[in-house]
Amino acid sequence: MKKLLNTLYVTTQGAYLCHEGESVLVNVEKETRLRLPIHALSGIVCFGQVACSQPLMGLCGERGVALTYLSERGQFLARVHGPVSGNVLLRREQYRRAENPGHAVQIARNMVIGKMMNCRTVLQRVLRDHGEKQDKETLEPVVRRLGRLTNEAEREENMEILRGLEGNAANEYFSVFNNMITAQKDYFSFQCRSRRPPLDAVNALLSFVYTLLVHDAVSALEGVGLDPQMGFLHALRPGRPSLALDLMEEFRSCLADRLVLSLINLRQIDAKGFQKTESGAVLMNDETRKTVLVSYQKRKQEDILHPFLEETVPFGLLLHIQALLLARHLRGDMDAYPPFIWR
Amino acid sequence: MYSEDNLLPLSALQHLLFCERQCALIHIEQQWDENVLTVEGKGMHKRSDQSQTESRGNIRLARGVWLKCLRLGLTGRADLVEFHRIDSPGEGVALANISGRWRPFPVEDKHGRPKKDLMDKVQLCGQALCLEEMLNVRIASGALFYGKTRHRLDVVFDDDLRSQTEKAARRLRQLLASGATPPAVYEKKCDSCSLYEQCRPKLLQQNNASVWLTRMIREAVV
Repeated sequence: MKKLLNTLYVTTQGAYLCHEGESVLVNVEKETRLRLPIHALSGIVCFGQVACSQPLMGLCGERGVALTYLSERGQFLARVHGPVSGNVLLRREQYRRAENPGHAVQIARNMVIGKMMNCRTVLQRVLRDHGEKQDKETLEPVVRRLGRLTNEAEREENMEILRGLEGNAANEYFSVFNNMITAQKDYFSFQCRSRRPPLDAVNALLSFVYTLLVHDAVSALEGVGLDPQMGFLHALRPGRPSLALDLMEEFRSCLADRLVLSLINLRQIDAKGFQKTESGAVLMNDETRKTVLVSYQKRKQEDILHPFLEETVPFGLLLHIQALLLARHLRGDMDAYPPFIWR
Repeated sequence: MYSEDNLLPLSALQHLLFCERQCALIHIEQQWDENVLTVEGKGMHKRSDQSQTESRGNIRLARGVWLKCLRLGLTGRADLVEFHRIDSPGEGVALANISGRWRPFPVEDKHGRPKKDLMDKVQLCGQALCLEEMLNVRIASGALFYGKTRHRLDVVFDDDLRSQTEKAARRLRQLLASGATPPAVYEKKCDSCSLYEQCRPKLLQQNNASVWLTRMIREAVV
């Protein structure tokens, strides 16, 4: 099995990254704070004022280590990658299928099914683990409707209708998201998704974790030689990693959302870690961001049984495995793309 | 004769003979995963990364020698080519900046131990065929040096090995030109393959993702 490697998140403002031979050095005020072998890393994510030496960029490109720059708040800025590698024939097949509506919908459909089923399982788990009576009354109908939407999606041949079904499922799921918050409810309440900017702490957390997920999805796709921008479900837009967004749909609920919920419910973060700005945007402070990053990394190390592979793998490898399965399908090795179904 | 911009890597001959799918994954899919074996192998080859020559008595050692063969359409680098000084004036080759006649003798470092199959020998023979074309000379033999056993195995480039090598070069060209990666079939040797993760030969035995998904939906959503 491929090894799950670490991602180095650098949040210290003014940090300077360089390398000495095979080691990546994190220097702060001319003092080396951290030294890591490059072969232990699959990615480096720099938040805000973090600089990297050009030789380090080169080394990252050469070794396939994804180097990403985000703003201090986690907004995507730029990515460094080496020469385009992978199989150009595979990418051409990816473009062909993406441009053929009949083919694209087959892949998009399975991704949507995966997303719907995983949202549904997240709700079912809440019901099973601590379903209060009133939650039952709210959650159970949504679980049923998500099941029906899954069945509808299964038969859908039209991409626009499929996107509509996906939107409906997301609305159903987020309509009860607040019920899954069981602690600190006075501060952490969820009404609806707000993204640019997030208008409450829950949305700020969700957006931040989704950003981490996009970063990982992009590297997973590049790792198997697919173009992260050429998507099936998400419409193309310059600069948008549509395929990475497609790929992460299956993981939003079972990886990202559950992480956010447990941070709140287990009181690992609290209201003090957030601040509302004049425009209404809610930002998290450095300490909270670090707590989220640490839990995200921990979650990625947890083992999970992959339902299609029937093999136990760390959560953090799932994106890589799904990218591999997608490449397999495009290459003609497999009759369909099997989405990740969380159980 | 192939043109210079249409040469294939010599090293692919070895991949081809090990497994056509592995060869396609590396040279068509461009998938390459470093594992312990390849990293250690790399360390061993580092020495020859810089081309340099040294003399040891009647032997000249040339490391990291660039090779090509337009007839077979191959290119690559030899770890080491020894040039043995010989007395007969009509044989061997002349070398720049040094007098005398010299017999080229390719030597390839291998990390592991000698293998039953031909792949190491074919790769070495491929190097010899390149040298023969470049230096216009006939090369009778070379050697493989195995790191695990620290043992040098002499290889004679007889007609059989030559024709196996030419056959492999033709098959390699066919495979890469097709652009298609052959399907996986699990065999015991797969366990030692550095591309096991990308290949996942066992997984591909079950080519039924759509049946699987329907079953998953039926089980979950009644």
